[in-house]
Amino acid sequence: MPGLEDLYREIILDHYRNPRNRGELPVPPAHRVEGFNPLCGDEVVIYFVLEGDRVADVRISGQGCSISQSSASMMSAAVKGKTVEEARALTRAFKAMMSIHEQSLDRPTDGAEGDGEAVAPDPNVKLGDLEALQGVVKFPVRIKCATLSWNTLLQGFDEANGANRVEGSAR
Amino acid sequence: MALDVARIKKDFPLLQQHVDGKRLVYLDSAASSQKPQAVLDAMDECYTTYFANVHRSVYKIAAEATERYEEARGKIAAFVGAPSPRGIVFGKNVTEAINLVAYTWGRANLHEGDAVVLTEMEHHANLVPWLMLKEERGIELRYLGIDDDYQLHLSNLDQLLDGAKLLSVTAMSNVLGTLTPVRHLADAAHAAGALCLVDGAQLIPHVPTDVTELGCDFFGFTGHKMCGPTGIGALWAREELLEQMPPFLGGGEMILDVRLDGWTPKEIPWKFEAGTPPIVEVIGLGAACDYLDSIGMDVVRQHEIDLTAYALRTLHERFGDDITIHGPADPHDRGGVLSIAFRDVHPHDVSQILDTQGVCVRAAHHCAKPLMRRLGVGATARASLYLYNDEADVDALADGLEETGKFFG
Repeated sequence: MPGLEDLYREIILDHYRNPRNRGELPVPPAHRVEGFNPLCGDEVVIYFVLEGDRVADVRISGQGCSISQSSASMMSAAVKGKTVEEARALTRAFKAMMSIHEQSLDRPTDGAEGDGEAVAPDPNVKLGDLEALQGVVKFPVRIKCATLSWNTLLQGFDEANGANRVEGSAR
Repeated sequence: MALDVARIKKDFPLLQQHVDGKRLVYLDSAASSQKPQAVLDAMDECYTTYFANVHRSVYKIAAEATERYEEARGKIAAFVGAPSPRGIVFGKNVTEAINLVAYTWGRANLHEGDAVVLTEMEHHANLVPWLMLKEERGIELRYLGIDDDYQLHLSNLDQLLDGAKLLSVTAMSNVLGTLTPVRHLADAAHAAGALCLVDGAQLIPHVPTDVTELGCDFFGFTGHKMCGPTGIGALWAREELLEQMPPFLGGGEMILDVRLDGWTPKEIPWKFEAGTPPIVEVIGLGAACDYLDSIGMDVVRQHEIDLTAYALRTLHERFGDDITIHGPADPHDRGGVLSIAFRDVHPHDVSQILDTQGVCVRAAHHCAKPLMRRLGVGATARASLYLYNDEADVDALADGLEETGKFFG
């Protein structure tokens, strides 16, 4: 059985106790997107400002467990300053790490426990500190805690993209 | 007479297990209870010796299956104090029981502007069916609030019931453990000309129950929380109401005659039971009633009052201001459901640490999101007690919380 130290790495607990980029941003110019985990009631609200195709600023609000909160905190630090495309590539790499298919667990994997869509990570994307969350995979019910903020960010990018297209076409 | 829990534990094979070398401490019976050997044996006996479809054939085992199936309905009726088995309609759980009332009685009797009174401490099972009717029919929903002592706020009860058609209320909160004053509520509903539906899912497994004494019109409950199998629950209703209500699902079993241009339903309760029923589950639930009767529900209730008192005392003594237990302070006013907030550690993390100690609790919103918002929390860690739990189980919970405190510093 995997031990708690696999799940609760020191860097994870540090981000949980001292979350980075915590707060809100005025909307607009920021985009605001909410994500929910109906299983446990976790909520994350992400605010981000795009300057051109760059994530100029990001803030995280909401409530949740140590894994969802630290993952959101680490994500905010990792995507700030990156282009949307770089942030999407990082998200793909993170979700690939979180995919149960990558792990040799002694149980059948029918995809139901993993987190959704097929992802093709770019091997050049470096996860850095985010690799501390890899231990979560050994606790399948917690994977959705770790991926909540990332899926929410992707949704936010899609919504911002849609909004820009609408604005663009209206002009 | 005190309950011999050491002996009771032996009746439950699953509780004999060790997980990762630790004794399994099961504290999630409000979600679903474990099953005694007697229930497993009764279901096994049916499958291996007399299983056949019911109400259809004349051969011996089919006749026996039908007889034992209807005998179980009688046991279940007696267990809840129903005047007759004719008032017991089987469904898969309390959710289906409440939906049955909403779909049949509700659609026949509730129209735009009609009011249904609910409470802020309801499970989603007693909220969503009525919210759906609100969307579909434009009915009005009114809510009894909760006081700071976790009891229903009753001072505006008559006002809320004024002109209402139905009061639908839990008998025991699955989050707070609060026992609601069902008799008083039912009498008030009737005085206002409304009917009263009771969600008995949490009451029936823990408290001696007599639907006639409760004075309600509908009473829904579920088998898997009362030592029975999953997939079987029931609605009890006053027979004259069942007679008037249109059927629920259509199909085989529930009809007397079918023609190409029409159909005639069976009499109650069968007119509400379309298709092959969960035969073995019904027999298992009958065995669960026998099992609980053999112990005595008054003995079960007294054990849970004593154990809840011990748990509240132990947890408050050991953790002081570090712990909040959302629910009434007096064990006589509540069931053994302990919704815990521990320091600022998220319930999900609390339950993860407890799991490493072999302690099973639920961490979530417990399908009562409006109540969670009222309490101002996103989730709680819920430990719930049953007849097979003892003081050592409560101590294991407390030790696990101690570990949680150390881990999260």
